[in-house]
Amino acid sequence: MRVVAPGSTQEAAALLGEAAENKQTVTIRGQGTKQDWGVPPPPAELVVETRNLMGIVEHAASDLVVVVRAGTLLRNLQQELSLARQQLALDETVPGASVGGIVAANTSGPRRLGYGTVRDLLIGVTIVRPDGVVARAGGKVVKNVAGYDLCKLFTGSVGTLGLITECAFRLHPIARHRVFVSGRAPAATAMEVDAPGGEVVSLLERAHQGGRETAPLWWGRYPWEPGGVGVKLTCALSKVDRIVAEARPPLTIRGSAGTGVLYAGLPGSVEPEEAAQAVSRLRVAAHEAGGHAVVVTAPAAVRELIDMWGPVPGLDIMRRIKALFDPDARFAPGTFVGGI
Amino acid sequence: MGVDVSLLDGVLPKDQIISDPRELRTYECDGLARYRVTPALVALPRTTEETARVVKACAGAGVPFVARGSGTGLSGGALPHADGVLIVMATMREILELAIEDERAVVQPGVINLQVTREATSHGYYYAPDPSSQQICSIGGNVAENSGGAHCLKYGFTTNHVTGLEVVTPDGEIVRLGGKAMDPPGYDLIGAFVGSEGTLGIATEVTVRLTRLPEAVRTVLAAFHTTDAAGAAVSAIIGAGIVPAAIEMMDALAIEAAEAAVQCGYPLGAGAVLIVELDGPAELVEEQLAQVHRLLGEAFEVREAADDAERALFWKGRKSAFAAVGRISPDYIVQDGVIPRTALPEVLRRIASLGEEHGIRVANVFHAGDGNLHPLVLFDDSVEGAAERAEVVSGAILDLCLEHGGSITGEHGVGVDKSKYMPRMFTDEDLDTMQLVRCAFDPLGLSNPGKVFPTPRLCGEVPGRHRGRQEIPEVQVF
Repeated sequence: MRVVAPGSTQEAAALLGEAAENKQTVTIRGQGTKQDWGVPPPPAELVVETRNLMGIVEHAASDLVVVVRAGTLLRNLQQELSLARQQLALDETVPGASVGGIVAANTSGPRRLGYGTVRDLLIGVTIVRPDGVVARAGGKVVKNVAGYDLCKLFTGSVGTLGLITECAFRLHPIARHRVFVSGRAPAATAMEVDAPGGEVVSLLERAHQGGRETAPLWWGRYPWEPGGVGVKLTCALSKVDRIVAEARPPLTIRGSAGTGVLYAGLPGSVEPEEAAQAVSRLRVAAHEAGGHAVVVTAPAAVRELIDMWGPVPGLDIMRRIKALFDPDARFAPGTFVGGI
Repeated sequence: MGVDVSLLDGVLPKDQIISDPRELRTYECDGLARYRVTPALVALPRTTEETARVVKACAGAGVPFVARGSGTGLSGGALPHADGVLIVMATMREILELAIEDERAVVQPGVINLQVTREATSHGYYYAPDPSSQQICSIGGNVAENSGGAHCLKYGFTTNHVTGLEVVTPDGEIVRLGGKAMDPPGYDLIGAFVGSEGTLGIATEVTVRLTRLPEAVRTVLAAFHTTDAAGAAVSAIIGAGIVPAAIEMMDALAIEAAEAAVQCGYPLGAGAVLIVELDGPAELVEEQLAQVHRLLGEAFEVREAADDAERALFWKGRKSAFAAVGRISPDYIVQDGVIPRTALPEVLRRIASLGEEHGIRVANVFHAGDGNLHPLVLFDDSVEGAAERAEVVSGAILDLCLEHGGSITGEHGVGVDKSKYMPRMFTDEDLDTMQLVRCAFDPLGLSNPGKVFPTPRLCGEVPGRHRGRQEIPEVQVF
């Protein structure tokens, strides 16, 4: 196994072009904060790290746009942007994550209610295809309908379609007010639930009497510990309460009650069979609620007993996309939906 | 290559097939009437299954097909194929479900944009994307074009509001993607499909987000002596950390046209007007309104809409501007380009000098908040060479947008009109990568061929090699 950390898109393209010629298997790694997510790839012949693809390329503050290299840590980017009282409205759901990793894994947190997710904020992307060809899509302006939106295709593609080297994002001003209140609140920027217990807390970015300045401890944290089982649950908005009702110790459910995107967690100490049963139960509940249950992370013993994704509509098209981008299935093979 | 007129016999009931040449002519163009092609056949499916059968018949016979909604598109995206079937989705126009508690509506593709808002309003919701043609354009067309509108500065485009699609793929299969819930597993196929201009298949059912009506809306009209001063005000507002629901600008020529057409009563002698709309929680809107008043310092007149009627009047001038230009010029081209907002003053000056250089007047109407320009290039087709000069100015404006790091289209799409500009914005490699997606959905290249891409690659070809520029047969250009 060879580990490389290219310092530019061109360097990455040369390395991946070479790997393509030699038909080497490739894995991409950002900060490595989500190595226990999904199905681990088989040992790759080439590991491409983004840690040298660092820093802001351009911050057009007056245009509320930033172009940033993929290896940049989200927290460092936010730090920089905050000097202009601006933010990339994405939550750091896994501490220390890089921007590219967040895009590739499509993680989202509480603020998705008010600002959307990666797909709503990513306006341009530079990628290196598995054959070593550099391609760009989108641009540096928020409004743009020229060509296919490859930004969305690469969002959540977890390294199976190529390497993301640069991202352009739409930014938002940092709100002047910020207060957390109990319960559901109209025009909230975030509305999170934590169960069992069922506490609901909303974030308001408006002038408001009362409430508290700090978030509850569980706010924006996935409800599982390293080695545990984590499941992403989606549902139609009116069915959130039904999903939340599935939370019974040792199962916790937490997440965005305002968008119907929740997470379930089980401690690693739970027996694999019991964990597998819990996943099945959650999957039935999510399907009845019009959504999906996707296992985010699970120990190997649990993974052997379960289907990580459940039914995936459009899988045939996804397989064809993968086959066209990566005909030899060299990029993180077998790690994504349907064995992609 | 001809099409067997019996291609759809038995596929659709006879009264849903048009093959009479005179009737076919009525479908020869969409909202961009400069390009005209009479389709070989028109199909009027009433269900998803019928749509799938038509597409399957086309795929089986290797016949191209083009989907059409209300036909209001401005880039020729629904321009028919002379040897193909035009599939008109306008007869599928039912709102299938209004799921208020889920904040979703499930609609057929022929449903009119504004109708969704009309149905949802009494429940306290609306459908946010609001293209200027929203009284007639269809949701299916909006999906194809990823339509925006004046309020997408704050609320986003169609792609940000679609959570589910039922699609007939180019091989005639029916696929359901997403639904009322967010984040379906796997690649974001909805994200790839929305805005693909009919080249990846036909949407037969769309699940859209409904947005809660804002607590308060305040609309301000500000008149400036120059577009520079108006542009500076836009930058000041955005720079102050305010995200208005909309900021629209019109220059003197556009104002003149609007006054002539709809008597909107904008302040006399204005070199530019801005419409600034704020919405959201009442106290936040009031706070921002006070800020906006301070930031409009250079305006010589500022009006605040006292009620819905006055607000509607402010918007009437803006929303009618395209058509209104017909009052001051016999012919005109509606251009659509995007620049970074901060480049506005510079680009407007350059557009003005381009116009002078070629003896062509250009009226400017635009979504100033997101830098989406709609220059209206005015000409008189009865004057020899005028149309050509207008075309030159119109194309040069796109080059200006690209030079400033912008885009050749912000909301009207590439269609047939701008495919030749795609290589100016994207490299061969970029376009080639997009073609990979095309080939995954449509390996035979039958779904709306000849649109968006100037030199489509044959699927299965070695990347990087292109066949020659593909001309659409029998296009009449007016």
